[in-house]
Amino acid sequence: MARAAAEDVKVLGHLLSPFVIRVLIAFRLKRVEYELVDVRLAEPKSEILVKSNPVYKMIPVLLHRGKPICESSVIVQYIDEEWSDDGGSSSILPADPFDRAIARFWAVYIDDKLPYLIRALRWEKEAAKVTELVGQFRQVLGRLEQAFTECGKGKGFFGGDAVGYLDIALGSCLGWIMALEKGKSVKLLDAEELPPLAGWAERFLAEESVKGLVPDADEHLKVYEVATARTSATPAA
Amino acid sequence: MAGPSAEDVKVLGLSLSPFVIRVRIALRLKRVEYELVEVRITEPKSEILVKSNPVYKKIPVLLHRGKPICESAVIVQYIDEEWTDGGGSSSILPADPFDRAIARFWAAYIDIKVKVPVFAIHQIKNKTFDAYFFDLNQLPAPVRALRFETEAAKEVELAEQIRQALGLLEEAFVECGKGKGFFGGDAVGYVDIALGSYLGWMMALEKAKSVKLLDAEKLPRLAGWAERFLAEESVKGLVPDADEYQKFYAAAAARTSATPA
Repeated sequence: MARAAAEDVKVLGHLLSPFVIRVLIAFRLKRVEYELVDVRLAEPKSEILVKSNPVYKMIPVLLHRGKPICESSVIVQYIDEEWSDDGGSSSILPADPFDRAIARFWAVYIDDKLPYLIRALRWEKEAAKVTELVGQFRQVLGRLEQAFTECGKGKGFFGGDAVGYLDIALGSCLGWIMALEKGKSVKLLDAEELPPLAGWAERFLAEESVKGLVPDADEHLKVYEVATARTSATPAA
Repeated sequence: MAGPSAEDVKVLGLSLSPFVIRVRIALRLKRVEYELVEVRITEPKSEILVKSNPVYKKIPVLLHRGKPICESAVIVQYIDEEWTDGGGSSSILPADPFDRAIARFWAAYIDIKVKVPVFAIHQIKNKTFDAYFFDLNQLPAPVRALRFETEAAKEVELAEQIRQALGLLEEAFVECGKGKGFFGGDAVGYVDIALGSYLGWMMALEKAKSVKLLDAEKLPRLAGWAERFLAEESVKGLVPDADEYQKFYAAAAARTSATPA
């Protein structure tokens, strides 16, 4: 099957967004070439962004033959279905309807919990609240480790032998998780507490389809401020 | 194709919940028999609910051959894929990948831009309400942060948010429906189910608060769509009317005021 030439497929966004990373991993899995177009997110937003995502004006946006698709989970499913190989090796969602439902459920859970926790932890300065947020974060990752056991069925990824929908949903957040761990000197994905998930994270980041797409902690911290905690003994600024 | 017997398919839920309504419409479209199992959603929650949805402990839950599936959007897609007729007349999502993406986009939009203010506005007059359906702490920060002089001002703002969302959906209806009677085209589809499941609540709100949300003058296409939707075979009887919601709130309020603090 001929793959779309890069002019047909544009992704609006940048690599420091987990939601954009998801789309790019999906394209790598399908061996589809694309053009990544950086856009201005602060006002005044890029015209192409406003025009192609008038409802939310957010990244990522996929432009396929000029037609826009928005929302990362919607885009990834579109990629899976548009460049379907009928359940072959590059399938992103599993073949079985029940397995698909489980994958979609956990992806909903991830988007329900992680973006909020990442944002909250990034900006929280009070040590006690940081501790609380770290606790919540670790609980969420603990649940996801259970999901890993349920979905992966003993294999290396949530998707089984290969990276799949849920690997993409969670793995795309690893850059921010590592940035927060470094920036705030906390442990979130603790290899001692969650060895299977830590093993999964290492495998995921080493995958061909993922390599180079998840920026490391320093790259995040160069661009994004992560508030450092102060103890209550420190006078407020 | 013979549908599974009712013992194979259970839906944990209450008939008033829009999310449960979605699942029931989807099963009707596929002509799948099921058993509706009412569960207790306030503490102490029903054991079967906690066991089958340990993460969220919320309805609806679909139990198919004993295996639970949670989250209404996930369940509806499961129903579409499990009881597929190969893209035939009972397909819930469209066949074309781009059309599917558009449908999923608008369904996700509805679950933020319609759901949140509808829930929030119900909570204002019905303090017991949130205990039954919604954890207010789950409201996104911008809604929680809204500070109003009075609850009346909050109601006005939330009603306006709902109207604005419906305004966008009126345009989406043209894009998705392509001139036909439903978002799904000739037949009820994914977006019809996502939005239509809220109609009972919205009508209850309009009646209780004397506020117009789905204004037939401003949103003629959507108003026409709503009428058609509620008259559909697959929908009839599944969307409670305004009075049923009112009765439920009154009963809940009476129970709450009778309970010692």
